[in-house]
Amino acid sequence: MEASAPTHPAGRFARTRERERTGESRLARVGRLFARGPLHVLLIVIAVLWLVPTFALFVTSLLPPSEITQTGWWHVIAHPSLATFDNYKHLFDNHDIVTSLVTTVEIAVGNTILLVVVASLAGYAFAWMRFPGRDVLFVIVIALLVVPLQTALIPIFSLYQSTGLFDTVLGLVLFHTAFGLPFGIFLMRNFFMGIPKDIMESARIDGASELRIFVKLILPLGLPAIASLAIFQFLWTWNDLIVALTFGRNTQPLTVAIFSQTRQFGSNIELIAPASFLSLAIPLAVFLALQRYFVQGMLAGSVK
Amino acid sequence: MAAVTFDGVGKVYADGTRAVSGLDLDVGDQEFMVLVGPSGCGKTTALRMVAGLEEISEGEVRIGERVVNHVPSRDRDIAMVFQSYALYPHLSVYENIAFGLRLKKLPKGEIDRRTRDAARVLDLEPLLKRKPRNLSGGQRQRVAMGRAIVRQPQAFLMDEPLSNLDAKLRVQMRAEIARLQQDLGVTTIYVTHDQVEAMTMGDRVAVMRKGQLQQVAPPQELYDRPVNLFVGGFIGSPAMNLLDATLERGDGERDGWSVRLGEQRLALPAELVASRPALAAYAERSVIVGIRPEDLEDAALAPEAPADRRLRAEVALREALGSEVIVHATTAAHAASASEVRELALDSGVHAADAEESHATIVGRFSPRSRIATDDTVELVVDTGALHFFDVETGLGIYAAEREGALT
Repeated sequence: MEASAPTHPAGRFARTRERERTGESRLARVGRLFARGPLHVLLIVIAVLWLVPTFALFVTSLLPPSEITQTGWWHVIAHPSLATFDNYKHLFDNHDIVTSLVTTVEIAVGNTILLVVVASLAGYAFAWMRFPGRDVLFVIVIALLVVPLQTALIPIFSLYQSTGLFDTVLGLVLFHTAFGLPFGIFLMRNFFMGIPKDIMESARIDGASELRIFVKLILPLGLPAIASLAIFQFLWTWNDLIVALTFGRNTQPLTVAIFSQTRQFGSNIELIAPASFLSLAIPLAVFLALQRYFVQGMLAGSVK
Repeated sequence: MAAVTFDGVGKVYADGTRAVSGLDLDVGDQEFMVLVGPSGCGKTTALRMVAGLEEISEGEVRIGERVVNHVPSRDRDIAMVFQSYALYPHLSVYENIAFGLRLKKLPKGEIDRRTRDAARVLDLEPLLKRKPRNLSGGQRQRVAMGRAIVRQPQAFLMDEPLSNLDAKLRVQMRAEIARLQQDLGVTTIYVTHDQVEAMTMGDRVAVMRKGQLQQVAPPQELYDRPVNLFVGGFIGSPAMNLLDATLERGDGERDGWSVRLGEQRLALPAELVASRPALAAYAERSVIVGIRPEDLEDAALAPEAPADRRLRAEVALREALGSEVIVHATTAAHAASASEVRELALDSGVHAADAEESHATIVGRFSPRSRIATDDTVELVVDTGALHFFDVETGLGIYAAEREGALT
C-alpha cells in the first residue's frame, strides 16, 4: 500500500524527474496529447451536457421575472447587463424560505451526525467484537437494505401521530437515520474489517479500552469511510421530498417549500429558480469540504 | 518484572482444533525465553494466551503471582511486539511510543521524558515527527520496540519480530534486542521459527511440536543433548543427518562397540558408550544415529583418522561459503524415516528421502581447505565421539538410563 494521492507533491516531482530521465521531448508530449485527444473531447462534451441544466438554472435565477417570461435564459449571455441579484435578495427576505432552509439544515446535519455515530459504533461491533448472535443480527441488518422506504410511510405516520413526533424535526431525523442505517452499518463494518487486527490488539495490550480504541484508532482510520457515508446521507436527506411531505405540515424543508411554490397556472419562477440553485449549491459545498478526507493509503506503514 | 508460568495450559478452538496441550513452562524473572518450532506448532498461540488475545481453554497462566486467565489484556501489564509491527498509522513516531503512557494518564513531563529516553535508546530521535509510512522496515521495527520498552512492563512478548526484515538487518536487530533485554532485565518470551534466533538470543529455548513442549534447555544443551529426534533435527543448520543404523557389541573378532550403516561400520569410542549407559540395552538392535554436519570432515584433511571412523560417499553438491564448505554427499545407508523426520523435512520445504532408497544424502560442513569437488568419491571422517542416538520406535534420545524420555 502506497500513499498515492494524485495531488501529492512528491508524486508530481517524481513524474517530472521521470520525464527528465527519459528525455521526453516537447514534441512527444504534444503527440501524446493528440493521441488522447478524442477521449478528452468526449469527456468534455459529456461534462458540458451535464452542466447545461444547472447553468440554465443559475442564469434563470439571475433574471428579473419580466425577462424570464419573455425570453429564453440564453439571451442573458448576449446581454449580461440584464443579470441581477434581486431574486436572491427577495429570497432571503422571504420568511418561509429562510425558515425552511434552517429546517433543512437541522434535518440534514442532525441526521447525518446521528447516522454516522450509530453506524460506526455498530459497524465496529459487527466487525470486531464477539457477541452471541452477531452474524445473524448482521444478516438481518443487511436484509433491511431491500425494504423500500415507501412501505414504512403509513405505519410510521400513525406511530408518529400517537407519539407526538409528527411534524417535528426530530421525527424526520429519526426516520432518515433509521433508513440510512442498514447501508451505513454495512459500509462502516466492511471498512473497519479492512483495518488490521494487529493494530487493535496492540492497542488493547497498550492498555486501551474498547471505547478508547474506537475513538483514538477506529474513527481516525475510518475517516474516508465516514466522509463517504456523511456525504451520501447528507445529499439524500437534503434532497428528500417524500418523507418531509408525509411527516411535516409546518416543519417544511426547502424541497417542500419550493414544491409548494409551484402553481397549476403560472409559476413563481423568480423564487423557485434561486431557491433551487441554493438548494443545489449547499450540498455541493459540503461535498467539496469533505472530499479531502478521501485519502488513499490511510493505513500505509502500519503493518507490512 | 515478573516470572511467567504456564501451568498445564491448553488451547482448543471453537471448531475443535487443538493448538496447545498440557503446556508446563516456567519463565524465570528477567529470563529471555525463546519459543521455537515449525509453523503450526502452537508457539504463537501460547504467546497470545499470555497476552490475553486468546482465551485459555485449560490450565493457568500466571504473571508473577497473579493468575491472569480472566484478566483483560490491558490490565496484564505486558508489552507485545507484533510480527507486523502494528504501528498506529495516523500517529507520529512520538505519539506511537507515547500511546501507552498517555492511556496510563501519566503526567505530561514524565510521558515526554520516557518517550524521549526510549527513542534515544533505539536511535529514533531524528524520526520522532515522522509517520510510520515514511519509515523503512528496520525503523518501523524499532518503533514497535520503542512502544514496548517505554511502558516498562512486567514482561515483553515478541511474536517473530524480525521475520519481516532482510537478512542483514535481522542479524543486527537480533543483537540489539538481546542487548536491550539484558540492559532492561525484563522477562521476555520470544516466539520464532528461526532456530538461529533461538540459539543466539535465548537464555533458554523451548522447542514445541504439534502443540506440545518437547524440551526446554539452554541453547548449547539443546544442541548437545536433544531429548528426541525432533529436537535433534530441528535445532542446527544445516540439520543433523539422521540415518538408520544397527548397534553392534564387540565380539571375539572386534573390540568395543560399533554402529553399522548399511555395509559400513563406525567404531564407537569407549567413553561415548560409558557416558550413555542406556545404549547397552540397544545392542544388536536398530537405532537412528544422528551426525551433525560439523562432525564430518574431508578425510584428505585428516589422514591420520583410522579406517573405522570413515564413511565412503559420492559428492552430489559442493557449496563454498568462504569460511566453510557445505558438502552434500550420498552414502550407502538408509535415511531415517520416522514421522518426525518427515515432518522436519516438510517444514524445511524438502521432500523426505524415500525410505526404500538404499542411499542417503548426508550433509557435511568442511574446512574451506577441502578440495572436494562434485561427483568425487570421497571418504568422510566421522567424529564418532559426538554421535547422537535415538530410539527407532519412540524417537527419544538414548542417554543415561534414568534420563531417557525425561524432559530436561
